[in-house]
Parts: sequence; C-alpha cells; structure tokens
Amino acid sequence: MDKKEIICIVCPMGCRLTVSKEEDGYKVTGNTCKRGEAYGVKEMTNPTRVIPTTVKIKNGFLKRLSVKTNKPVPKELIFKCMEIINGVEVEAPVKIGDVIIHNILGTGIDVVATKTMEKIQ
Amino acid sequence: MLNYDIVVIGGGPAGLAAAIEAKKNGVKNILVVDRDRELGGILQQCIHNGFGLHVFKEELTGPEYADRFINELKEMDIEYKLDTMVLDIDENRELSVMNTKDGFMKIKAKAIILAMGCRERTRGAIAIPGTRPAGVFTAGTAQRYINMEGYMVGKKVVILGSGDIGLIMARRLTLEGAKVLAVAELMPFSSGLTRNIVQCLDDYNIPLLLNHTVTQIKGKDRVEAVVIAEVDHKKKIISGTEKEYTCDTLLLSVGLIPENELSKSAHVKLAPVTGGPMVNESMETTVKGIFACGNVVHVHDLVDWVTKESQKAGKSAAKFIKNQLKDSVDTVKTLAGNGIAYIVPQVIRPSNIENTLDLLMRVKDVYRNGKLIVKGDGKIIKEMNKRHMAPGEMERISIPSRLFKEKNIREISVDVVKAGE
Repeated sequence: MDKKEIICIVCPMGCRLTVSKEEDGYKVTGNTCKRGEAYGVKEMTNPTRVIPTTVKIKNGFLKRLSVKTNKPVPKELIFKCMEIINGVEVEAPVKIGDVIIHNILGTGIDVVATKTMEKIQ
Repeated sequence: MLNYDIVVIGGGPAGLAAAIEAKKNGVKNILVVDRDRELGGILQQCIHNGFGLHVFKEELTGPEYADRFINELKEMDIEYKLDTMVLDIDENRELSVMNTKDGFMKIKAKAIILAMGCRERTRGAIAIPGTRPAGVFTAGTAQRYINMEGYMVGKKVVILGSGDIGLIMARRLTLEGAKVLAVAELMPFSSGLTRNIVQCLDDYNIPLLLNHTVTQIKGKDRVEAVVIAEVDHKKKIISGTEKEYTCDTLLLSVGLIPENELSKSAHVKLAPVTGGPMVNESMETTVKGIFACGNVVHVHDLVDWVTKESQKAGKSAAKFIKNQLKDSVDTVKTLAGNGIAYIVPQVIRPSNIENTLDLLMRVKDVYRNGKLIVKGDGKIIKEMNKRHMAPGEMERISIPSRLFKEKNIREISVDVVKAGE
C-alpha cells in the first residue's frame, strides 16, 4: 500500500523513483542522486505546490488578475484554495506583490498579485 | 520620416532584453514597437510559475518575469509604442508602421532587431478530419481567454499534443473546474518538459496517451466528441483502436512556428528546419544590420535562454552601429549531424566572438547516457556526456573562441552518440 512510483523533477533526467514506507522512514529506489531521494520522501510525506491562478478584477483593462500563493500549499488543499480564490473580486489599481487573500485556510500562506494593473478611467 | 538607431519589433521577453542590452551598450535612440496593448508578450498569459530559474535563480510567474524587464525598460527611458503594427521592412532598414494615434509612419533605422516570437500551429496545419464546430482552440488561445479575458473555454476537454502549453492548460482547466479526459500525443515521447508532465498531468491523474492522435472531430454547432486512435511506428493509424471521447472542447498543442512574415518582406533568408532567420554568431541575419532573437529564430524551451540570446542580439546591434562588428570572409558553418535537428547559429565569424560562443540545438530523439560530439573539420574538439537528452529540452554547447583561431576551422558539426557506441 505505502509504495508509490513517481517521476523525479529535480533535474531533466526524470528518474523513475519507487518510494516505499519502511519501519524507520521512507526508502527511495531508482534515484541517481541525493536530491532525488529527498524529493521522493517529500512527495510521500508532504507534497506541496504553488497555485498560480487568477481572480476577477473590476476597473482593470483586463477581466482577470493573475495571482499565486506566495508559498507552496499542501497538495490536498489545492481545490479548497481554488474555491476561496474563485469567490474573490478585487478592484484596480493593484500592484504586483499586493496581498489579495491573507492567510488562506489558516495556512499562514497569502495569495498575492503577480501583475500590476492600473485603474482604467 | 522618423529616425532611430535601433527599432526592436516585438515587446515580449526577446524584444525587451534586446532593447535594454542595446541601451546598456551605449545606444541612445531606441524604439520598441508591439502590436499588443501591453508589453511582455505571451508571458502575460503564462501565469504559471517556473520562469527565471536560470536568470534570477528564483521561480517567477510569466507576468512577474515580464514585469522586471518592463520596469528596467521604463527606468532606462527606452521609447516604446503599443497597439502598433509593423507592416513592412525593406533591406535598407526602412519600416512602414502604423497605429491609431500616430497614423502611418515611415521609420528609418540604423539597425533592426526582429523579436516577433512565434505562433501556434492550428487545426488547419495538421488537417484533422471531421466537421467544423465551435470548441476547437489552440492551447495558447484558450490560455489567453481563461487567464486574461475571463472566459472559460469548456467543461469536458481533450487535448491533442503534449507540448508545454498543452500540459500547462490541462492543469489550468482542471483547476478551473473542467474535466480533462486525456492528452493524446502522436510521438512515442512528450515534447514537453518532464516537470510539466509530472505537475500538470500526473498530479491530477490525467492520462497521457503516447502514440495516439485525434482522427475525427464530431459535432455540428459545438464539439460533441472526438475520436482518438493509436498509431504505429510509421505514424499510421492502427485500425480498430479508435475510441470516441464525449467532450465539448478540443485543445491543440501541436507545435509553434516562428512568426516571420516581416523577415520575409526584408528578404531575410530563413533556415528550413527552424523556420526562423539564419543567423550568425552575433544574431545578425543574412541582411546587414537586421538582427533576430528569441522564438522568431527558433522555438526555445525556456524563456531564460530567450533572454540570454536576446541580450546578445542587443549587444551586437549596438556594436554594429558603432562599426565594431567585423565582416570577415573566413566564416565557419555549423552542421547538424546525426541525431541533431538543427544548430543556431548557422554561420560563425570567429573574429566577433568575445570569449565563448554558445551553440544551441535540439536533438531528434530521447537518449539516455548518450554523448554529444563536436567536430571541427571532422576532428573531435569536444565531447560531452549527457545522462539525458530529449527533443523537448534544448542543448547548449559552449565553444571557446581560441579553438576557432588556433585550429582555423571551416566547419563545426555536432553528432549524438548513443550509449555503448
């Protein structure tokens, strides 16, 4: 059960890793370097991803403003985050780096703007 | 007639980097023109992260990567015109340009930098049979609709082609609530980066069907279904393997073509494999004083390499204006050998290389533990062991300038050697 095949993405090699749960932690095989081993264990114990997406924006010259989580969020929270992000509408002007959603789902992670958008007159 | 030292056509990553570098090298009078309503080019719709790992050593989204260069351009007071179309360039570096504010303009440039990028292959380019309903998009068009204009393109989606944009859109559509049924790829390997296959398909359990293609599109007003079939090693459909997928949308991610309408009007010679201008060590085309960089020359895998190549073009254009580019008769040709699809640049004038020259190329197949062998006039001058090579990832080989001078080489070739040969 606790065994998984994953492709390592640390470098372009794309090693096929097998990660299995042992008594004293995780065992990674198929890796050709140390970094692959660390990646394999992370993917089994706490896989995280940055979510780049968009929110609605009023008075901007585009209809959508691009945003991202400023840190990677746990993978299983991706769709829950999307629900919250999709419920948000901001108003121009917005500057790159502005916090759009503070502390999403209590993770301590913010959703920030990745684009500056002026207000259209 | 307006006069500029350098006119850069295209305000995407290539044009921005080239203009900034030219200014840093002492050129004062530069104009960047772009037909879109903002600078940054296609980066503005590429909201995903993973840009800038080589140039900035951090992971940025497309708009963030663009923002850094746009700010630099503005701080340097480089002039730019948006919503502006270049209609024609001639060999004397005169441009016909227009927009709704200035009207029609004739511009004379001492040097021109072509940075128009590339465009997507469409349904017409690959001739998929079937009806012609709504709901067939190129992946990049869908990306612009969803990420910038705020339109969703469909609910049940099939993607043909596993290029990076197709993979990225598979994830994007899933995040936005659509169901991506499958990504079909004609080749036995994906042309996209491994990290995109993992993070965009595997993460969301989207199947990648290698050696498969779309054989039919069904539906009258809107796509109702597509048929996917397996192909053999000659890319012929294996009959009996057809499977119908009920869906409302088909996205195409079947390759990019350099955008060279203007290059042709300037009589710039295009290279047959890349579809982009033939360039020399300085990114100068076959027409004197016209330079080119970025995806208009050859389609890159990472924007970081576009930036580096474009900086070279900007610097070279500055040198050209100052009469510092040497026109030598002793040119070296590059030759794509076994397993190599193409090499950029195609021509090298050794006297213009400062320290090293980067040869950029793509391999034709996937190789594990292979080797790249560089030969000068048939003799090996460099060997590089490569644990992994794939057509989706560009290869770069750096050649020191002294090698050209010492050995008086006339032709440089690169071959791939498989493991054990």
